[in-house]
Amino acid sequence: MMKRWRFVKRLAPLMAMMVLVLAACGRSDLSTLNPQGPVAEEQFGLMKLAIGIMMIVIVAVFGICLYVIIRFRRRKGDKTIPKQVEGSHKLEIIWTVIPVIMLVILGVPTVQSVFNLAKDYSKDPEAVQVIVTSHQYWWEFEYPEYGVKTAQELIIPKGKTISITAKSADVLHSFWVPSLAGKIDTNPGSNVNKMYFSAPKEGVYLGKCAELCGPSHGLMDFKVKSVDESSFDRWVAALQEPVALPSDPELAKTFESKCLSCHAVGDLGGPAYPNLTGIGSRESVGGILINTDDPQYSNEGSVYDNLYRWIKDPEEIKPGNQMSGAYDLTDQEIEGIAKYLSELKLNYE
Amino acid sequence: MDWLTTVDHKKIGILYMIAGGFFFLVGGLEAILIRIQLWKPLNNFVSADTYNELLTMHGTTMIFLAAMPLLFALMNAVIPLQIGARDVAFPFVNSLGFWTFLFGGILLNVSWFTGGAPDAGWTSYAPLAGTTYSGDHGVDYYVLGLQIAGIGTLIGGINFLVTIINMRAPGMTFMRMPMFTWAAFITSALILFAFPALAVGLAALMFDRLFDANFFDPSGGGNAVLWEHIFWIFGHPEVYILILPAFGVISEVISTFSRKRLFGYSSMVFATILIGFLGFMVWAHHMFTVGLGPVANALFSIATMLIAIPTGIKIFNWLFTMWGGSIKFTAANLFAVGFIPTFVMGGVTGVMLAAAPADFQYHDSYFVVAHFHYVIVGGLVLGIFSGLHYWWPKMFGRILNETLGKLTFWTFFIGFHMTFFIQHFLGLLGMPRRIWTYLDGLGFNEMNMISTVGAFLMGFGTIFFLLNVVITAFKPQNAPADPWEDGRTLEWSIPSPPPEYNFAQTPLVRGYDAYWKEKMDGHTGMTPAEPIGPIHMPSPSILPFFMGAGLFVAGLGFMYAKDWGNLFGSFKTGYALGIVGLLIVFGSMFLRSVIDDHGFHIEEDEILKDMEGKA
Repeated sequence: MMKRWRFVKRLAPLMAMMVLVLAACGRSDLSTLNPQGPVAEEQFGLMKLAIGIMMIVIVAVFGICLYVIIRFRRRKGDKTIPKQVEGSHKLEIIWTVIPVIMLVILGVPTVQSVFNLAKDYSKDPEAVQVIVTSHQYWWEFEYPEYGVKTAQELIIPKGKTISITAKSADVLHSFWVPSLAGKIDTNPGSNVNKMYFSAPKEGVYLGKCAELCGPSHGLMDFKVKSVDESSFDRWVAALQEPVALPSDPELAKTFESKCLSCHAVGDLGGPAYPNLTGIGSRESVGGILINTDDPQYSNEGSVYDNLYRWIKDPEEIKPGNQMSGAYDLTDQEIEGIAKYLSELKLNYE
Repeated sequence: MDWLTTVDHKKIGILYMIAGGFFFLVGGLEAILIRIQLWKPLNNFVSADTYNELLTMHGTTMIFLAAMPLLFALMNAVIPLQIGARDVAFPFVNSLGFWTFLFGGILLNVSWFTGGAPDAGWTSYAPLAGTTYSGDHGVDYYVLGLQIAGIGTLIGGINFLVTIINMRAPGMTFMRMPMFTWAAFITSALILFAFPALAVGLAALMFDRLFDANFFDPSGGGNAVLWEHIFWIFGHPEVYILILPAFGVISEVISTFSRKRLFGYSSMVFATILIGFLGFMVWAHHMFTVGLGPVANALFSIATMLIAIPTGIKIFNWLFTMWGGSIKFTAANLFAVGFIPTFVMGGVTGVMLAAAPADFQYHDSYFVVAHFHYVIVGGLVLGIFSGLHYWWPKMFGRILNETLGKLTFWTFFIGFHMTFFIQHFLGLLGMPRRIWTYLDGLGFNEMNMISTVGAFLMGFGTIFFLLNVVITAFKPQNAPADPWEDGRTLEWSIPSPPPEYNFAQTPLVRGYDAYWKEKMDGHTGMTPAEPIGPIHMPSPSILPFFMGAGLFVAGLGFMYAKDWGNLFGSFKTGYALGIVGLLIVFGSMFLRSVIDDHGFHIEEDEILKDMEGKA
């Protein structure tokens, strides 16, 4: 009996250490081990519980395994025949019952959490309603209460419950913001899914598509930006404002005929493809070209550079996307449009 | 020619091994290319399209064309011997199973040379796998190749069921059957129930693709989630179809090299049956994020967790088989012992994945990739390697080189853990699976690089094994009947390799571990259950080969009917070719039915001569 307690005592610090190591793992805006909102936290809690139980199993099995391998090696020339043991009901019952107990410990909170996370906030007036529509390879975010639509960047008021209604316009995708909440698939047709999450802290969180959806599946990133409530209101108001076309009439004409046939800015243009209103103040172009004045990696650059790169050759950035080859622009026109778009900013922060 | 017409289960086993081994190398090469592409961020080693083809073909090839055939190789080589039978129940069908698998596999891989392999993932989720989003012929190859290969698996499974039920030697009751035979039996039952689901799904997808039906296309009133259900109703049992035979191998190997009988045999049998049964109840745990609702998610969570119980029983039984034994670490046993902790790790992450809310985080991330590679590579492939080293002398009469075998084990084992252990963390840190590339600065770089290095080590391990096979092939064929000296089951009581008729006299089985029991009672061989007499054998036949080839031609023809021009008038060339292919198939079936073939007999004096030669 003493021996068993010593074993548990030795195990406890190991587990504590593991939890600490896990808790500080990865980028806080991306890692599931570094949750930034209550939903991800609840899921992380379950993960920790499961990992803890599983560690006990692993330590027990590895321990027995090592002991057996070392203790019962065959010595050279050993011809003795060990006792042919048929089995042991007592032992077999023990290793049936102990796992059952462990599974109950894990199973009960699992079921609780399943129902907890399935709460429907889509009728809740306190929650912010967002309709997420996935496309190959971009995300559309519609706020039905405010009548606005945006793309690639989901702006949310901090602390508020965000109620997501998720669907797809083409193939299966999956909406995943690891540090805020687990994923939900976006299905085409009538299988519309609901989920919710909230971000108590201001910040930008990385979102990803988690379901194979074509060549650029791995590049279908988006951002979730949590801002304070007054900023959010200003953002919604700014999004509803009309947007001026480029001041150069020549360029304005090109922009209207070549870009606005698919895209929208303000109240102009079409809704089929990402809404460009305020694209100059987004964190990224196309979800993966990160806007920064201090570029470190090959996918980073200033807003203008990124826009230029994207418009110049979208196929190089995101293979298989539907913008590739859909227009024909001179270099000068690309420069003009990139410049114009990079200056389309929304002042809300 | 002999090899094209053989209906001998031992030769078919070898054919399965060669073909499965070949596809294993192809799938491995695809894996290496995938890992090279991912060794650094924003890499451009392969294009995004090629990458998706690689990952699809890697998964499909490894599951259907490498793992299953290699298991069938072991089952063919060993099962009739273990139960004291002279062959499988339907030797002709057995050969047909092999040829349809091979031609299906070849058809699938032809796609690499005709402008686009399938690229919708091995799961081929609709609508991505539909014609709207996969316009080229890639997915057609998937549909038809797997359909044809699936016929082979299904009839192979039925064959083993009948063989094990009907052809056991006198005295071999079900509860005296070796564990590997039990595992093969349950696996065959799973094949019988699971593969029709796949066949139906593939047929429906084929109608969607070739004839514009709308089973899975939401824009035409179909349902994309329906495909997921059908696929996983097959796909989850498939995992157990793969792992149960590996469990069987491990049971045999560990018990032999511990010089002990299997601990808790009856609970092992019970656990195997239970795993097989529960395997059918849990398919929706692949679909927790699809939006099934909390009730379904909760039920499937709990059902999935339950599988841990019988699996745990097996693990502890293995450990206690070794406990008190006299363990010899041959290469075969290294793989078997290495299997236990590795598979436990795959198992515990399985339980973690079963907790639905946590799965919302793991699902489709690298955590899942790590988990199922731990199960399938760490479980199944280690099991296959173990089985190959163990039964190689029985199959070929030559013992594999032990030093090279151990080298294979250590490189493969270390490489494996290096590749996949770290992927758990990649997934938890937010890396989705099936991505062509990842951005820099996300904290994924170092881990991916380590993973790639590990993949190369696994590659080296495989090369050492091939080297071993080649070297061994040049050695004289002089393995004794019982090369490990502690053989327990019937296959070790006959010469290595066994004569065409396996048992000169059907043995009488007097207990569990029949051969061991005789040895312990001081006998040198099995007690025969019949006098020596002429043995009836089935005739070889080329028809199975033609039937496989016919299906291949038919598949190719129908696939391209829309592209190839017309033969006389408005009749399409593709359809003509398809019909020719089907005529070959039905013609062969007709010939098989009308030609009265009674087989032949191996006469008494020939058997006696064999026995003297060996004695």
